[in-house]
Amino acid sequence: MIALLRDVFTTLVLFLRTFGAMNIFFLQLLLYTPATMVRRFRLVVAQVHNAGALSIVIIIVSGLFVGGVLGLQAYSNLERFNAEDTVGIFVAFALVKEIGPVISALLFAGRAGTALASEIGLMKATDQLAAMEMMAVNPVRRVVVPRFLGGVISMPILTAIFTTVGLLGGHLVAVELLGVDVGAFWQQMQQTLELSDVNEGIIKSLVFGLVASLVAVWEGYNAIPTAEGVGRATTRTVVVTAIAVLFFDFMITAAVL
Amino acid sequence: MGPSGAGKTTLLQLITRQLVPDRGHIIIDGTDIGTLNQKELYALRRRFGMLFQHGALLTDLNVFENVAFPLREHTRLSNRLIRHVVLTKLHAVGLRGAADMMPRELSGGMARRVALARAMVMDPDILIYDEPFVGLDPISMGVIVRLVRRMNESLGITSIVVSHDVKEINEVADCSYLISNGKVAASGSPEELRKQSSKLVRQFMHGMADGPVAFHYPAPDYEEQLLGRDGK
Repeated sequence: MIALLRDVFTTLVLFLRTFGAMNIFFLQLLLYTPATMVRRFRLVVAQVHNAGALSIVIIIVSGLFVGGVLGLQAYSNLERFNAEDTVGIFVAFALVKEIGPVISALLFAGRAGTALASEIGLMKATDQLAAMEMMAVNPVRRVVVPRFLGGVISMPILTAIFTTVGLLGGHLVAVELLGVDVGAFWQQMQQTLELSDVNEGIIKSLVFGLVASLVAVWEGYNAIPTAEGVGRATTRTVVVTAIAVLFFDFMITAAVL
Repeated sequence: MGPSGAGKTTLLQLITRQLVPDRGHIIIDGTDIGTLNQKELYALRRRFGMLFQHGALLTDLNVFENVAFPLREHTRLSNRLIRHVVLTKLHAVGLRGAADMMPRELSGGMARRVALARAMVMDPDILIYDEPFVGLDPISMGVIVRLVRRMNESLGITSIVVSHDVKEINEVADCSYLISNGKVAASGSPEELRKQSSKLVRQFMHGMADGPVAFHYPAPDYEEQLLGRDGK
């Protein structure tokens, strides 16, 4: 029993310590952000390309399918109440407020987060970060901050693309396939969806972008510098991001409602 | 010099403050580097050039940009001048023609030579080499050994070379320290070391299997283990 308590206590302390260190790391990144945006803007642009532009394909394809599935589900349920005309509302609400930001963040973690974590981890394992240190170049400024900012900037844009494509997917399925009136689909949506709903989605995508990018660069930067360690850091990036994103999703939704 | 696991790389990391010592002081040019803040430490490190064991080239930059990296970070030289300096240093290591290659296209020895060019590019006062001769073919090895020696003499810099290649070290070193188990076991010019009668020094300098440094990692009795009598 005492051993169990001690284990729980140690785990808790360890968790708090990691959490605290991560927050300090986060503040450090924010502190370096202005200088990086001015002096290393090119690196940031390159990372927006790496994290954002290269994720567009997976975002578009997934958005199309998710939108389509929402259209199908909404139609089959709303049809029972003769409310097919409101399919547009349902799809838009789900995408803009919830599914768009959340699934984009999860896809981002899988596509860009893992790439960031493993790249930084491998740079560490091959002494590149130590070499920078020895050349009096701060690796956090040179390597970590641009990658972090690349992720933070990309996330809201990816979410916007995902949501837009999702709406089109919903349109394809509901209007073109199932015969919902095209005017009803779009007009109901525009009348019901309010700016505050869109804002909720935007806030979420911003927060998720911060969380997903922070977790990825943190895991990479703190990876054990071996093949096994980098592999584990990559896995943890996805797991931790997923949990954190769903946690913050709940918190933000609760706060907004 | 010293056998594997003697603490050579750790010592280098301490000298460059990649590691912070638990006890004691490390003094470079009269300053205790343990007391420096990050800014002062970076100012000191600009006077260092370090060659890592596997080169540690930045994989997202080509050879030219790798060598130019310290210049771009720390100076405001024009592109023309940077090009001039970088090509000069690459020429010195014989890789001017590889300027446009990416690090992944280089062999281990070439990567090391590029890293050497990069370590020299800021004209450091102190050059630190971590196992510079490992994995080089005899031709590059000869060139690098001569290069190390020549730079030391012509530029008047201090070089710290960690190695276990006794022959090469004897060619370049003015003074050698033999480290074993985290302690300096012997020191002096290569000549003096050769004459030392201590068993450890003789074992190391002549590469003998028997001596104070055990070749075998501690293990149970060979015969017992093979016959399965060790209970496993």
